[in-house]
Amino acid sequence: MNEFVFFINNVLISGVVIGSIYALGAVGITLIFSILRFAHFAHADLMTLGAFFAFFLTALFPAIGPALGLPTAFVMLPLAMGLTALTAVYLDKAFYKPLRAQGVKPIVLVMASLGVTLMLQGLIRMFMGTSSRNLYIDDRKGIHRIDVPFELANRPIVITDPQILLILFLVVAVIALHLFLTRSKLGKAMRAMSDNPDLARVSGINTQKVVTVTWIIAGSLAAAAGTLLSLDVSLKPDLSFMLLLPIFAAAIVGGVGHPYGALAGGFVIGFAETLSVFNWAVLLRPFRDQLWFDLPANLAFVPTEYKITVPFFILLAILVWRPTGLFKGKVL
Amino acid sequence: MHLLEAKNVHGGYGGMNILNGLDLAINADEIGVIVGPNGAGKSTLLKAIFGLLRVTEGSIELRGELITNADPGELVLKKMAFVPQEKNIFPSLTVQENLEMGAYSRQDNYQHILEQVYHFFPPLADKRSQPAGELSGGQRQMVAMGRALMIEPSLILLDEPTAGLSPLYMADIFERIVTINAAGVGVLMVEQHAKQALKIAHKGFVLVAGQNRFTDTGMNLINNPEVAKAFLGG
Repeated sequence: MNEFVFFINNVLISGVVIGSIYALGAVGITLIFSILRFAHFAHADLMTLGAFFAFFLTALFPAIGPALGLPTAFVMLPLAMGLTALTAVYLDKAFYKPLRAQGVKPIVLVMASLGVTLMLQGLIRMFMGTSSRNLYIDDRKGIHRIDVPFELANRPIVITDPQILLILFLVVAVIALHLFLTRSKLGKAMRAMSDNPDLARVSGINTQKVVTVTWIIAGSLAAAAGTLLSLDVSLKPDLSFMLLLPIFAAAIVGGVGHPYGALAGGFVIGFAETLSVFNWAVLLRPFRDQLWFDLPANLAFVPTEYKITVPFFILLAILVWRPTGLFKGKVL
Repeated sequence: MHLLEAKNVHGGYGGMNILNGLDLAINADEIGVIVGPNGAGKSTLLKAIFGLLRVTEGSIELRGELITNADPGELVLKKMAFVPQEKNIFPSLTVQENLEMGAYSRQDNYQHILEQVYHFFPPLADKRSQPAGELSGGQRQMVAMGRALMIEPSLILLDEPTAGLSPLYMADIFERIVTINAAGVGVLMVEQHAKQALKIAHKGFVLVAGQNRFTDTGMNLINNPEVAKAFLGG
């Protein structure tokens, strides 16, 4: 049974956690693509930036969390999300909007977003240095060990506070986004603009407002993902570098321009990563006497240090066999 | 005062002028039909009137008010609606959501208008929660026109409303345009099916190379042998 608990901890829980992070990032990328028609490369940096905002706020008010029984950074999350959303809106105003006004090709916007990536990374390193930081300042990470009610199992299932909060946040965010897109006037206008931007303009839809709301949603989700990931692991300035490829892969796997696809894509990439680096020898060990071969100590598809290549291969496979993604999004 | 009056309109894409000094005027309660060969600038003229294309010279007035190069959103607030020829629906939105988007600029309760549109286009009422992209060509055209009617326009611009429709649907759409007009809505439309369209037109405009060639009542144009020979297929 211990082997199975090991599987739950390392594949199921890890997969859900990393999948949720990718999903939150990919939803933002897909929304920006469907409204503004370009691949926003600086998105992972919005995630890092959001986590740094949360770090600053935590350092400013370290006692708030313990008073409420929640991690301080999580209590500060709404503020960090707001600040990141504001940054996203102003990044658009400063760098992307003037280009759109000139009617440039999407590739020019993609290049501009690469520039914004470099700028944000430079700024973050300039102010915060390159070392990794802990988002828990005056409080400690709660770790829950759930004992499995079987005789043969003496190892517990382990789940941390930030992981639980992340999963709860994702569920709430997805329901809220769904209601926004299907029930509210602005959400419907967003879908309309994604469908047919010219007709949206002709219908009298305030397209500028839709663009602003898109950045607000994408920015806040990015901040939440970055903060919750940093709470669970640690806050590093190169966080965005590790996230960029997986979240783009997730958006494309799900079908670009399709928010629910991005969600599914996030989990596909997340589980693909955890399943491919999982040491399958652990699960096979109880059956080693029945096996016709000698069980090696480590039997993973991909060594852990090459985890980053997994989304890349999935991305290639999807582009070759199903270029519109799982949910038939817009073709890039 | 004319409902819509365009004087000496010049404009085009990039440096290329497609409209070379066009004049056009229709009164409230009138149907104006623009016909002419391909590339005459018919659709371009509608886009220029609706602010989707830069007018470089000349003026456009709505009820005497200057609207040259106005923003489409502003024109919608002035009760002017435009139905493009292609891509005139939101395919992944439901029929009802398409109509709601037509009413985006409205702050009041528009439920009664919605019901009127469904009453006017009964096939849409049954399909209100179906994605508009799943409808037939004729029904899509109904969605497109229904969307435009949601602002209760005083002037509606239609770009080839019968393009790609079967003759049966074509007659149906023309009939509905007459009904819309009878309710007090000015109509300005571009049509390839020139003869049928001019039959319902109060005013007809034959364009060639971005300029007026003939301007008269619809019936006079049909009966004009020169027009009939060159533009209506004899």
